[in-house]
Amino acid sequence: MPDVVRAITLEPHRQRDRALQVAVYAAALLVAASFAAILWDIVSNGLSRLSWTFLTAEPRNSGRLGGIYPIIISTLLLLAVAIAVALPLAIGTAVLLVEFVRTDSVGARIVSVSLDILAGVPSIVFGLFGNAFFAIFLGFGFSILSGGLTLACMALPIMIRTTEIGLRAVPDDWRRGAAALGMTRSSALHHILLPAAAPAIIAGLMLGIGRAAAETAALVFTSGYVDRMPESLFDSGRSIAVHIYDLTMNVAGGERSAYAAALVLVGMLVVVNAIALSLSHYLLRRRVTIS
Amino acid sequence: MSRSRVDQVLGTSLGVAGGLATLLIAAIALFLMRESWAVFQSVGIRRFLTDTSWNPTEKLFGLAPMLLASVLTGVGAVVIAAPLGLGSALCSRFYVGKQMARVQRAIVTLMSGIPSVVFGLWGLVVLVPLIGKYMPPGTSLLAAMLVLALMILPTVALTADAALAAVPAALNQGAAALGLSREATILHVLLPAARTGIVAGILLSLGRALGETMAVLMVAGNVVLIPASLFEPVRTLTANVALEMAYAVGDHRASLFVSGLALTVAVGALAIASWRMTEGRFRA
Repeated sequence: MPDVVRAITLEPHRQRDRALQVAVYAAALLVAASFAAILWDIVSNGLSRLSWTFLTAEPRNSGRLGGIYPIIISTLLLLAVAIAVALPLAIGTAVLLVEFVRTDSVGARIVSVSLDILAGVPSIVFGLFGNAFFAIFLGFGFSILSGGLTLACMALPIMIRTTEIGLRAVPDDWRRGAAALGMTRSSALHHILLPAAAPAIIAGLMLGIGRAAAETAALVFTSGYVDRMPESLFDSGRSIAVHIYDLTMNVAGGERSAYAAALVLVGMLVVVNAIALSLSHYLLRRRVTIS
Repeated sequence: MSRSRVDQVLGTSLGVAGGLATLLIAAIALFLMRESWAVFQSVGIRRFLTDTSWNPTEKLFGLAPMLLASVLTGVGAVVIAAPLGLGSALCSRFYVGKQMARVQRAIVTLMSGIPSVVFGLWGLVVLVPLIGKYMPPGTSLLAAMLVLALMILPTVALTADAALAAVPAALNQGAAALGLSREATILHVLLPAARTGIVAGILLSLGRALGETMAVLMVAGNVVLIPASLFEPVRTLTANVALEMAYAVGDHRASLFVSGLALTVAVGALAIASWRMTEGRFRA
């Protein structure tokens, strides 16, 4: 019997099996294909403009020509401010939640719920807040400091949550062991708990960096648009994401440079994620051999 | 310092860190209210919905078309992304081998890391001209829905995957013992069992879609209109803030903070609903 005929004469439940299988595979293929299409579009268009000079030169003619050197520097400064502020706060809050308060206490619940709401706040709202609070109320103006602080607020929930998960995964035996040895809570944290949770802390840090580096809407009204080399943290600075936005929307003929900048940004994010992943694998392995 | 003194200092500084992190959401709410207060006093809440057009310099504050545009783009994106994301999750969990499933998950995770502005760039350069060929101008409600759908696909797929993974193996084995076909097992046993988690993931995605700014701004056309078809340009609440914040002053600026406030309330409610449904299972 030819295949076509057999397919038609299948029993009804086999036909439904087949139909669902086709639908599921089609969905998965479509998802993978659309992702591949976007990535291919970025890589192929970006590569034609990307060069060493693009990374090391100042932008000329509103970014149509020249490079993105000052923009890369501004982006790194923004991220540095964000990490410097968010990381200690995130680790502190996570340690507080896991080691110092009971999970079911009122305080812990309030912190928890606030973080969940914070994680859902749209980035443009962070931009409004950053503009009203950091730029105007605190008087930092349109500056890398305002932008970095705004990014710190955005990255905080995911960094806290990931660190929290890492700390909760540390077996309670280790805490009891530390207490039995007469270690203070500080030295138990320093020598046992934080090193054990290091992979999670780094993963959280990378997720936070990823979120911050991808951000555009929150930066337009906080760190501003200026594409010159920033001289201090109080100067306005343009991030790569804002640069891509500006080239696409406000600069006629800016698409090629936008694609190249997009390639740099996506490449940077892939590298950040790869480092995080391999580092956490490495740390995980090491911890297993110690214990 | 004595040893207990060190611990005291540590406890205090941790309390300060936790307090700051908690106060942040209160500070955001406070500043949104503070900045929008003036316009509540001079204009009142009702006129944001009843004014016939958006023209703040002429004292017209109708946000309704943008509210509608936000809801339409968000819901449209979810309608497109939900079946695709669910299909993708089903595929990696039940249809392909372990190795393939890992590749598929890696793709979806990578996709979730692409910045929204890059989706916007791709949408404007590739998708918009494609739509424009059939139905000019191309920048449209449809383009916004499609770009948003791509952006929330990873969230839908990853949360659905996690929800399916949490279904007890006994259900699957029971279905097999009863001789159910794979289709019946999936549609009538596994999906209903994972329903809560899947729906929670979809609510979370809807929140993401409503809050997204740049990608939508780049492809939606940004005309303040109640769209008559999928091919007409729209302006969402978020896009409106991003477009006008640069030059807005007085009541105009305050009314942009009002839209920020409305967005926060809507998205926060979705996030909490999603979290309540799963009791925090997917909050990371």
